[in-house]
Amino acid sequence: MKGEMKELKFTVNGKPYELKVKPETLLVDLLRQELKLTGTKVGCLDSACGACTVNIDGKAVRSCSVLALQANGHEVTTIEGVADGDELHPIQQAMIDHGAIECGFCTPGMVMSARALLAESPDPTREEVKEAIQGNLCADAGYVKYIEAIEIAAKEIRGGK
Amino acid sequence: MGETKSEVFGNYSILGKAIPRVDAKAKVTGQAKYAADFEEANMLWGQIKRSPYAHARILNIDTSKAEKLPGVKAVTTGKDFGGFKWGWSGPTRDEEPLAVEKVRYQYEGVAGVAAVDEEIAQEACDLIEVDYEPLPGVFDPFEAMAEGAPLVHEGRPGNICVEYHWNFGDVEKAFAESYLVREDTFQTPRQAKGYLEPPAVVAYWPDPDRIVYIGAKGSPYFPYRILARCFNLPLSNVRIITPIIGSDFGGTKNDMTPADFSAVMLAKKAGRPVKIVTSQFDTLTTDLRRHPMWITVKTGVTKDGILKATSLKAVADGGAYTRMSPLTMFLVGTCMTLPYKLPNFKYDAYNYFTNNPSSAAMRGHGLYHSRFAADVQLDMIAEELGLDPVEIRLKNSIPNPKSGKIYKTVNDVHVATCGVQECIEKVAEAVNWKARKKKVEGYRAYGLGFAAATYNSGTKLSAHNACAAIIRVCEDGSVNYLTGATDVGQGSDTIMCAIVAEVLGIKLEDIDLKRVDSAFTPVDPGSYGSRVTVHAGEAATKAAQDAKNQLLEVAAEQFGVKPDDVDIKDKKVFVKSNPERNMAWERLVRIACYETPGKVIIGRGYSTQGISMYGLADFSKGVGDIGTNYSFTAQASEVEVDVETGVIKCTDNNVIAHDCGFPLNVQAVETQVQGGSYHQGISAAVYEEFKMDSGQTLNPNLVDYTRPRAYEAPMTQVIHVITNDPYGPFGAKEASEGSCCSAPPSIISAIHDATGVWINDLPAQPEKVFWALKKKREKGQK
Repeated sequence: MKGEMKELKFTVNGKPYELKVKPETLLVDLLRQELKLTGTKVGCLDSACGACTVNIDGKAVRSCSVLALQANGHEVTTIEGVADGDELHPIQQAMIDHGAIECGFCTPGMVMSARALLAESPDPTREEVKEAIQGNLCADAGYVKYIEAIEIAAKEIRGGK
Repeated sequence: MGETKSEVFGNYSILGKAIPRVDAKAKVTGQAKYAADFEEANMLWGQIKRSPYAHARILNIDTSKAEKLPGVKAVTTGKDFGGFKWGWSGPTRDEEPLAVEKVRYQYEGVAGVAAVDEEIAQEACDLIEVDYEPLPGVFDPFEAMAEGAPLVHEGRPGNICVEYHWNFGDVEKAFAESYLVREDTFQTPRQAKGYLEPPAVVAYWPDPDRIVYIGAKGSPYFPYRILARCFNLPLSNVRIITPIIGSDFGGTKNDMTPADFSAVMLAKKAGRPVKIVTSQFDTLTTDLRRHPMWITVKTGVTKDGILKATSLKAVADGGAYTRMSPLTMFLVGTCMTLPYKLPNFKYDAYNYFTNNPSSAAMRGHGLYHSRFAADVQLDMIAEELGLDPVEIRLKNSIPNPKSGKIYKTVNDVHVATCGVQECIEKVAEAVNWKARKKKVEGYRAYGLGFAAATYNSGTKLSAHNACAAIIRVCEDGSVNYLTGATDVGQGSDTIMCAIVAEVLGIKLEDIDLKRVDSAFTPVDPGSYGSRVTVHAGEAATKAAQDAKNQLLEVAAEQFGVKPDDVDIKDKKVFVKSNPERNMAWERLVRIACYETPGKVIIGRGYSTQGISMYGLADFSKGVGDIGTNYSFTAQASEVEVDVETGVIKCTDNNVIAHDCGFPLNVQAVETQVQGGSYHQGISAAVYEEFKMDSGQTLNPNLVDYTRPRAYEAPMTQVIHVITNDPYGPFGAKEASEGSCCSAPPSIISAIHDATGVWINDLPAQPEKVFWALKKKREKGQK
């Protein structure tokens, strides 16, 4: 009854993959269960919480709302691919330094949404920051320090301006 | 923009500043492992078969078709547990791991399946045939209390789960002497805990008589005890391993779920590890919720607005099982005598079983309901008497006791430090309260509301309360810290490492914290009731001091001085009377460990402070302390009301002052207070509520069940009020739950300030506000 395995060619965190996947496999399940990239979290599978946000070609996408095959030919970045070796991305560093993180379950998704925002809009207004992470539910930290941390990171990336 | 530097408090090397969390790097890089991220070799996936009925007798369960499905490795039903029942305390064990004779709420678990993958496990659940005899149910406390109502539990007449009647002073006499007596009824919603991480578990049996359980539990020693009893094993053979936890907020991640029991039973039957990850749908339909409550407050005041007496009646929907309801109803009453002086107080509590999912503890547990009702009513009283909301709070609030003195309430609650007056003054100043003006811009009306609150910290219940800590100083100078306490996101792991480093005189990065693994860490009650920082902090201090004393003896010998003439600071060991004589921390440790015969430096300590003071609270009489100490909060919130649609939005004009005694980690206190205010406070006031129909949850997803998002988040400013409580480690009290209690009344008062309507029934969702405004307009026209 289920469709036969299909070929998927894409890159994840810069590494090329050629895999055979079931057509119904969600990208999030492929990342977590097949590629063991468990930094991407599953909160709801309804595209409502944003915990599974990854970047596809630099854009923030909820990996529970796309099939793995839809990533064919695209570049996927997960939270594991954000830091450059031991060098944290300014967004990650700002979230640590500014005390934004509590339980951390929403954090990977927050980072991925913020990364997509700053790639497109290096000097965002506060409203734009709020808008960029409005699909990312946090349960405990109240958003304030996340919003401020993203602003701090934006400034850092702009060279302190 | 956005760069707010944290303040510095006290004169410590590490504490009292912004301390980056010890687990933040793992969390921000995706390396932190939560329960659902664990895998074991040869692991099976489990699923739970759930009842479609809210109340039904189970006539038969036929699992034969499921068992024959290829890929299914084990099936379990409630009968496998041999009549085992469990509960929050001995006398309240009324719940089975999986329902055997009767289901009492919709989607209660009736069977579990383990299979080679999740899909086969789900398919097998669908093949399990259950014959039910549907029964009439009761779906709110008023149905439950009606004469002849169906019983949720046979043998529990009237569906009464908890009932308390307390009476302090002479309430009737005080009412008779009062200038004004008001009675108002308020309602709090059925609210989800709101953690994003659905509960997950991986369980296996490494030997036929040993359990390993890896699960998202804020109170890991609950499953430790419960599983030992359930599977008839010595505690030494039950190993609970605690992963990183994606928030808790009380309830489901404190104790057990059908999935927890099933995973362990299925692993036993299949002889393989079993993992069960709960879906968000199951989380929202079956996990424990905040009690919906109907609160009637009758209050008498003098002409000047001085509180004379309060009579409180709380009616709660306890749901299908007792769980923590006895504690909830105690908490609703106990802190009515804080943060304002109240000489006469009466409390009648009624908690009913219903055929709804069970209610339980949630951030702001208990106090959130009654403090909301009482604080909004205080504004109603102020309005009637023509008094200012800040003025009426200031004149009633409890002054900070002088050092060494204790303020005792009429119900024997003891308060050593109380910063509520300072909180009120500082917030009023920060929002320029006296100069505030009503503002209407087109269809938008703005209003500012004020509230004050309290919360118990270092909660102590009957039975085991103490927290213990073990320090292992490794021979290279690095330190392992073993704790029974669990960080569910509040930041306690960081605080404990910071305390240990501060006491030992070394760096934060020298401390490696071991999260709970019941095979190695000391037993602990868990994360609830804002108990961790106070109790675990005391344990950490004592354990570190114990290890330090052992090392100072060695140092004294080396320097040829007395141990009290040696100290350690910034990783340097020195003679206090002659600091020129010193050596590096690493050298001292090496000497201690290697100088013949060589020592093993292990420090230990456990908390006694909270438990040794004033004894324990008596739930039935309502006297005594539930807390070791008490935090205080004041908050001003501004709202924007769309008077055409009834939509409420917080503005950034939102200020909280919080008296947490002493902020050990300044940043973490701010995040805790901002989060508690927004996610569980403002959210309850404006956004969140489960819609129910005959026991069925109508909005069981995060689209229809509205959680607060970044777009509407107020940029809440936090003011630290320092009172240095003598019963908390380094003066600390709780920082999180108080803000859940001040946010709702401040929002409701702000809506009133903007529009003139009172929304007594939370949440103030647009429809409710719209009709209230329409009614007010129509009344005005007549």
